[in-house]
Amino acid sequence: MGERTVIPFGPQHPVLPEPIHLDLVLEDEVVIEAIPQIGYVHRGLEKLVEKKDFKQYTYVAERICGICSFMHGMGYCMSVESIMDVEIPERAKFLRTIWAELSRMHSHILWLGLTADAFGFDSLFMHSWRLREMILDIFEQTTGGRVIFSVCDIGGVRKDIDQETLNMIVDVMNNIEKELKGLSDVFLNDSTVKSRTVGVGVLSKQQAFDLGAIGPMTRASGNAIDMRTEGYAAYDKLKFEPIIATQGDSYARIVVRIKEIFQSIDLIKQCISIIPEGDIIVKIKGNPNGEYFTRLEQPRGEVIYYVKANGTSFLDRVRVRTPTFANIPALLETLKGCALADVPILILTIDPCISCTER
Amino acid sequence: MEQTIKKISSNDLLNETNLMKNSGYRLVAISCTNKDGIELTYSFDKDFDFINLRINMDYDAEIESINYMFPYAFLYENEIKELFGVNIVNMTLDFKDNLYRISVKTPFNMKKESE
Repeated sequence: MGERTVIPFGPQHPVLPEPIHLDLVLEDEVVIEAIPQIGYVHRGLEKLVEKKDFKQYTYVAERICGICSFMHGMGYCMSVESIMDVEIPERAKFLRTIWAELSRMHSHILWLGLTADAFGFDSLFMHSWRLREMILDIFEQTTGGRVIFSVCDIGGVRKDIDQETLNMIVDVMNNIEKELKGLSDVFLNDSTVKSRTVGVGVLSKQQAFDLGAIGPMTRASGNAIDMRTEGYAAYDKLKFEPIIATQGDSYARIVVRIKEIFQSIDLIKQCISIIPEGDIIVKIKGNPNGEYFTRLEQPRGEVIYYVKANGTSFLDRVRVRTPTFANIPALLETLKGCALADVPILILTIDPCISCTER
Repeated sequence: MEQTIKKISSNDLLNETNLMKNSGYRLVAISCTNKDGIELTYSFDKDFDFINLRINMDYDAEIESINYMFPYAFLYENEIKELFGVNIVNMTLDFKDNLYRISVKTPFNMKKESE
């Protein structure tokens, strides 16, 4: 047995845009155990429910994270709508689905770029983020915002997308699809990428389930857990299957996310081809009274929005269980036995969002 | 989206959780609300069958850890302990208030506010 040393990893590290700390217990160059510490930027946004009324809180929910901002707002609104028994217009369901899938695309492409950057492939990083810009442009054109766009509201959505813009989105999707094929060829076939990801950080199907992993992390290990299949928003009108891989390594997580970008393109095109005309929002009356758990599939996996209301305009509780929080135990397991040099890649393969974790 | 909330006593938590575990459910989340006493909700899922075990108890009461049945519960339990000040006992992985780097002790504890 080699000598044991403890190396602090983070809270500041080149691969971490946000702070998280791990104490890595090493034997020589091999990680034996990783002990996490979070809370460097904990904002207590759940507590803010005492100061903001249930309509204002939509804006707070959207600010939990800058990457899946739209889906945070959507999850919160869906919980309140369920408590108030509000059925939102069909067109609003499709618009929510389009913006949600665009969010998934930009999140996954952002992650691809960060991963390329982590293993030192900077041109791949830049090409990935160039593609992501095309999606941010769509956000700006349809909502006015590029990161936080505040279009989700209790009862529907605040902005419509006209047919001309929907046609433009289809054109952009076709362009991205074409460019992504070239980009994914490098991610999936280049030997330098494979050498850093194949067989690294393997999580078996049973391990992923037993550790409560969700999203691409568990699907890359063969568990077909995808909240979209439950049919919220317009997903019940769309044809798709959860994307899974079976190898459970870092490479499989890249494969799943790349296939999910292509799947999102397909889902957006399906939405645009069948989106009905009509209203985009219904007026809500009164205050919510009751409780509800909403579960939806964010880019990083299942998020839970629990809302408890008491009949006044102020809620008793909003609880958000974010996907990164749920994937930390699986991350700690994949780190056991890995080489110190692989730690940054493995941390990135859960696509950590510390903003979400530090809600 | 179907969801069941089943009220149980804190004494039944381990038995009920064990039933969930043996039936192939996964732990989805543990949530805490503490406006009028502590309200803990243990959420489980199996093929979209979403079951929530609900426990109401006094602020100072103790609750057993389910860590040995669901090892990944350690994050939820440490979070609830640090943010709400819930007395969770027999935790196999206790961060002893060091999971979160927060300057205020148990910031979500409403009993403390009302005192």
